Amino acid sequence: MRTHTTRRLLGALSVLATLTLTATACGSDASDTGAGDSGPKDINAALEKGGKVTVWAWEPTLKKAAEDFEKKYPKVDIELVNAGTGDKQYTALQNAIAAGSGAPDVAQVEYYALGQFTIAKSVEDLSPYGAQRYGTSFTSGPWNAVTEDKAIYALPMDSGPMAFFYNKKVFDKHHIKVPTTWDEYVEAARTLHKADPKIFITNDTGDAGATTSFIWQAGGRPYQTDGTNVTINFGDEGTQKYAATWQKLLDEKLVAPVSSWSDAWYKGLADGSIATLSIGAWMPANLTSGVASASGDWRVAPLPQWTKGDKVSAENGGSSLAVPKAAKNKELAYAFTEFATTGAGASARVAQGSFPATRADLESKAFLDTKFPYFGGQQANQIFAESARNVGADWSYLPFQVYANSIFNDTVGKAYVSSTKLTDGLKAWQDASVKYGKDQGFTVNK
Amino acid sequence: MTLLSTSAQAAPPPRRQARFRLRKEALVGWGFAGPFVAVFGLVFLAPIGYALYLSLFQDRLIGGTSFVGLDNYGEALTDPRFWDGLVRVGLFLLVQVPVMLGIALLAALAIDSGRLYGKTFFRVTIFLPYAVPAVVAGLIWGFMYGTQFGLVGNINDALGVSLPDPLSPSLVLASIGNIVTWEFVGYNMLIFYSALKVVPRSLYEAAAIDGAGEWRVVRSVKLPAIRSALVIATIFSIIGSFQLFNEPSILQKLAPNAITSDFTPNLYTYSLSFSGQQHNYAATVAIVMGVLTAIIAYAVQLRGMRKG
Repeated sequence: MRTHTTRRLLGALSVLATLTLTATACGSDASDTGAGDSGPKDINAALEKGGKVTVWAWEPTLKKAAEDFEKKYPKVDIELVNAGTGDKQYTALQNAIAAGSGAPDVAQVEYYALGQFTIAKSVEDLSPYGAQRYGTSFTSGPWNAVTEDKAIYALPMDSGPMAFFYNKKVFDKHHIKVPTTWDEYVEAARTLHKADPKIFITNDTGDAGATTSFIWQAGGRPYQTDGTNVTINFGDEGTQKYAATWQKLLDEKLVAPVSSWSDAWYKGLADGSIATLSIGAWMPANLTSGVASASGDWRVAPLPQWTKGDKVSAENGGSSLAVPKAAKNKELAYAFTEFATTGAGASARVAQGSFPATRADLESKAFLDTKFPYFGGQQANQIFAESARNVGADWSYLPFQVYANSIFNDTVGKAYVSSTKLTDGLKAWQDASVKYGKDQGFTVNK
Repeated sequence: MTLLSTSAQAAPPPRRQARFRLRKEALVGWGFAGPFVAVFGLVFLAPIGYALYLSLFQDRLIGGTSFVGLDNYGEALTDPRFWDGLVRVGLFLLVQVPVMLGIALLAALAIDSGRLYGKTFFRVTIFLPYAVPAVVAGLIWGFMYGTQFGLVGNINDALGVSLPDPLSPSLVLASIGNIVTWEFVGYNMLIFYSALKVVPRSLYEAAAIDGAGEWRVVRSVKLPAIRSALVIATIFSIIGSFQLFNEPSILQKLAPNAITSDFTPNLYTYSLSFSGQQHNYAATVAIVMGVLTAIIAYAVQLRGMRKG
């Protein structure tokens, strides 16, 4: 009897252990690992001396950049590591930085997530290495995202100016004109769904990235960040404009309740039941590989406007390359970052399918004239490039946007599955973000 | 006299030897237990200790790490996101565990009755889902639950009906319960069935001689005989319910608005730690949850083992 009890007690204890293991799997103290030496950087000397550079990234065209770099500087060895996509990589990076060992020399960080690393001072300011000279080489959206005052925390690797992707076959069949304003978009949604209840104008189950991009395009600037002073306010006009329009779509059940990147999503894009996407210019590669069977059906158009006749756009996604403070050989790390994001390195990556953040590539004839067989031979890059030029200025994300996005569906998501209104959901999101910000030591204003 | 002196002289050596033997035996004992104790300490006590240590600090993006004593515990005990999750798994437990154990018990009794044709086939089929990893089970069921392109959608189309969406906020807990039941009925059935197998056949004969019918035998012989197996299965199921993580975490991708990041306490701990870098608070919530689980499981055991 006694042994039984002990054994069962141990069983209960083991539960405790497994529960706590989840929590202890990652380190805690995110203290500055130091080693922040400044002064003139002799990059050429480092390149001659050679060494190894570890790069954590999931962006496929970097492979080509690494090969080219090694060819040019034979003494340097670039090791590309896929440490996970998005959140997974940031978690790993955060942990490696906190643990004080195992951090890469270069890391891919999406624009929305960069703030989390700059605020904790865990990425190197690249201006002492000479990065300021690229101030005019990049388009303003991405450049704005990687700079803060005079510091340059990363170099833009690609960008995601938004465009409107639509299934021309479906549009033609139901005699629908390509919408130029969001009001026309709502009309098109109604017409389509009425003509065939299986067809939805788009899918949406609540996506923080898409919502913030729409608000950005509508002129809303809910986030303001000034060092550790943060303002979060979803009460502004742009946000309200977005919420009012989107509420119509939700109320009338005009968007498919299908999550992006799910199997059902790909299926819907292929069979025409999800008729449009308003998404970043990096989408064509995904359509070509993931929705191959619908090749020829799709076309690209400029994003619908909030005010008729406007030409305002926004960014959706996009990544930069940053050098963690914990990197071992920062000069080499910078040299590779510079190579992969600017000049010939960037052009080579664009030729592989990456969407440029560099003005030169965006304006090059070869890029603009590229014909997309998937879009029936359309020169889609011209639309994307135009969109990149029209990205609304002065947008900023929160320094803790990764967390904020993770609770989007807990708050705003309610509007998708209950009678909660979008504006109330956004208010709840604001409150939860404010609470987190305060807990994390920020001064937060509403 | 001589006898006495010799005995007096002879007496000490054996005692010394005994003490020596005792030490040697202890060493041998540690030799056997050592590896276990080392592993136990490393993978078991150390993480708990580390979690306890973590829970006393707060690590902030601005300001770094500071010692906060029991503040995190105070916050956890008044955190509505934690309590909502706990109430949710509590409700889950109250409905799902009796249903699952009831079905498992019925299946075990049916197999044990010996009146079942194709007993082995029956046993294997019921047990099979347990061999499917929880993550895969979540994916399979997630696909079947889909109203757009899944099985439910297909049924709706084919029959022209409109079944309620299993992934809607009001039904999703029941849908998860269905998956968990499907997964663990076979496992619990095997526990019950093995307990039934060791019941002495003579008891059944005695009952038959006394004129007991089949139901009477089940009620008065079989169930009391497997009482401890029932208690163990119940405790395991309670622990499993409080640990609920895999199934909701998989379905979350399909129903992000129905399954929130704090849907179950375990899911909450996970999101705190991996989305918000709140490792200290996550450790605190995990410890509170672990203690609560231990208390409830222990209470159920005491109650279950109490002689009627």
